[in-house]
Amino acid sequence: MSYALTADHAHDDHHPIGWRRWVLSTNHKDIGTMYIIFGAFGAFFGATLSLLIRLQLAHPHGTLLSGNEYQIYNVVITAHGLLMIFFFVMPVLIGGFGNWFIPLMIGAPDMAFPRLNNISFWLLIPALILLTLSIVVGSGAGTGWTFYPPLSSIGQPDAAVDFMLVSLHLAGASSILGAINFITTIFNMRAPGMTMHKAPLFVWGILVTAFLLLLAVPVLAGAITMLLTDRGFGTSFFEPAGGGDPLLFQHLFWFFGHPEVYIMILPAFGIISQVISTFARKAVFGYLGMAYAMVSIGVIGFVVWAHHMFAVGLDVNANAYFTAATLIIAVPTGIKIFSWIATMWGGSLTFETPMLYAIGFIILFVIGGVTGVTLANAGVDISLHDTYFVVAHFHYVLSMGALFGIFAGFYYWFPKMTGKMIPNWVGNIHFWMTFIGVNIIFFPMHFLGLAGMPRRIPDYPDAYSGWNMVASIGSVLTFSAGLYFIYIVFYAFKWGKKAPANPWGEGATTLEWTLASPPPFHTFETQPHIT
Amino acid sequence: MRSFQIFLGILAVLLPSFSWADHPRPWQMYYQSPVTPVMEHLYDFHLTLLVIEGAIIFLVAVLLIYVIVRFRASRNTAPSKVAHNTLLEVIWTAIPVLVLVFIAFPSFKILYMMDVTPKADLTIKAIGNQWYWTYEYPDHNIHFDSNIIPDDQLKPGQSRLFEVDNRVIVPTHTNIRVITTSSDVIHSWAIPAFGVKRDSVPGRLNETWFNVNKEGVYYGQCSELCGVKHGFMPIVVEAVSQAEFDKWLASQKNPTQAPHAG
Repeated sequence: MSYALTADHAHDDHHPIGWRRWVLSTNHKDIGTMYIIFGAFGAFFGATLSLLIRLQLAHPHGTLLSGNEYQIYNVVITAHGLLMIFFFVMPVLIGGFGNWFIPLMIGAPDMAFPRLNNISFWLLIPALILLTLSIVVGSGAGTGWTFYPPLSSIGQPDAAVDFMLVSLHLAGASSILGAINFITTIFNMRAPGMTMHKAPLFVWGILVTAFLLLLAVPVLAGAITMLLTDRGFGTSFFEPAGGGDPLLFQHLFWFFGHPEVYIMILPAFGIISQVISTFARKAVFGYLGMAYAMVSIGVIGFVVWAHHMFAVGLDVNANAYFTAATLIIAVPTGIKIFSWIATMWGGSLTFETPMLYAIGFIILFVIGGVTGVTLANAGVDISLHDTYFVVAHFHYVLSMGALFGIFAGFYYWFPKMTGKMIPNWVGNIHFWMTFIGVNIIFFPMHFLGLAGMPRRIPDYPDAYSGWNMVASIGSVLTFSAGLYFIYIVFYAFKWGKKAPANPWGEGATTLEWTLASPPPFHTFETQPHIT
Repeated sequence: MRSFQIFLGILAVLLPSFSWADHPRPWQMYYQSPVTPVMEHLYDFHLTLLVIEGAIIFLVAVLLIYVIVRFRASRNTAPSKVAHNTLLEVIWTAIPVLVLVFIAFPSFKILYMMDVTPKADLTIKAIGNQWYWTYEYPDHNIHFDSNIIPDDQLKPGQSRLFEVDNRVIVPTHTNIRVITTSSDVIHSWAIPAFGVKRDSVPGRLNETWFNVNKEGVYYGQCSELCGVKHGFMPIVVEAVSQAEFDKWLASQKNPTQAPHAG
């Protein structure tokens, strides 16, 4: 889609200086930048923990995390999951790229509620501090990121779990406020002429994500509150001895938790659509189908939660329903995959780093998607539930889906955000290191899961040692790709060539490419007219 | 399903590492060999899924490679303007629906078969504790704890982290009902070779069943994070002939001969 621009570019570039610019910021670009830096910090925190996990599991008899009777191992896997979800993927995709590019793509001067935007970001700082405390206080929170009671209530009495739960409360409040802001911005602040059906697909991705957050996170907040009162105030919502039900928690958690996985992937879907359209020099194929595929994924995402609970002993008819509903999600996902390929079909493709990440995303997401179809079958899931097959599946869709979406977006928009170019060959090396590394980690996990290795065990029977060793080698490679990425960013700031307004050519048609790189502090004070 | 078994046989010849057994083997790449009717069905159904899913991945990979080669900028300088094709979009919506329906029917059949316990000849109660299992044979008034054997007490030939002091003994070719619950946090009672996994939830009695058709020792591990020793509470079921099982029952009923019972 092409947007003719009639706004003047003479913007007022005054902004507060020093700490006031950042701490008191109401500017969507500054807040977006802070989210990305925060998310990068969360990513390296979480990635370091994942490296520790893989080193512990590199061979049987691992002793690295065996302290306190292996409690340290459980604390590390718990913190790894929560950090990656709440302090890496969500802040970068939604808070970072969403804040930066939603106003620019719809031709708005800023977000609808700039001060709300500020508090959304700053709530995450105490949340991360509390999560860090949950690692070090007492014996640490070793409940897994799903913190099922009674393990998270009577099973772990010290304060670490309370720190973790309050941390998630804060991160959740931050997400809800951000979601309100995005929905209001997208519905009310689009430039004249930009109907919803002309909005770029990244805008649709963030819009659907914001609705999922708004409807799902309050349910998590309720479950967390009930768990906190069970722990601290003698209630027994989830305590069978007092008439409560541990499975009630699982229902509430996954009513949030399943939409949560789409919260992490839908913005990435949006980014991949922008990137592929740009480097194919073609409009997105089947635009309406793409937009409504995301909407239907969002809607169906709310009615499939118990496919995480096939082994808990639900009624067989419930299991059959959740099998059917889950299988249906493959249809809109398939529409997206085929539409991306059709977008490239007939295009004039070039393979800059963002495009490599987008193509890598497609193939890896298909692999993660088909194992999702396997796991959707309640019967088969019984044989694979809580094994490494599940770990492989969700890392294919997240560690490769969401992560590749983030890297595609980062390389795509880095010139716009900073005004500096990253040389292609530098980024391409990073792509190949990451692509090979994550596959070496996660593909063998399918085999481990099929052979029966359970998740979340700190040591394993010797028969599983071969593939575990392979996965750990992949982890070291992927982690070094991460260190190389830090160097790339440093390199680009120091030696990167100056970026033109539009470094990607005629395929980059969205509004942000009509602005200078980096854009002035205030943009679109006069809204552009879209024809 | 016969063709899949032949396909698998060929694979087994080609790949020595592609082996399966009643316990996991080094470099194993697929399920352990099934020893219950349920797991046999799951084994075949999962192969069907692998073929379908492999075909999908292959299709996407071929399309991607074709597009990358054929439509690179050096070969196709003028991008096409086509952005819609209703027929194509209907096709790639309808065909996945048909594929999913094809998957769903056998899936439901297995699901209902797994869920409905046939008339059981023996009931075993498996109670999860932090971090060991307690087993009861309510029909025979037997109950005992089953603890992991620590590394330093393993005898030659025993698998580390898999072996327990008291195994569950069951007869082959018998429908066995497993009732599972927990005395503290949630555990999960699982034996991969049986296709059995059921969460042990405090305050609930969950039921599952199996019918072993081959004598042997089968290993599983707790499959729900239950605290620090989650990885150290294995589940071992020994399937024996009815005669041997009767002998074992008799020995259990005489407490002087079975110090670990009760």
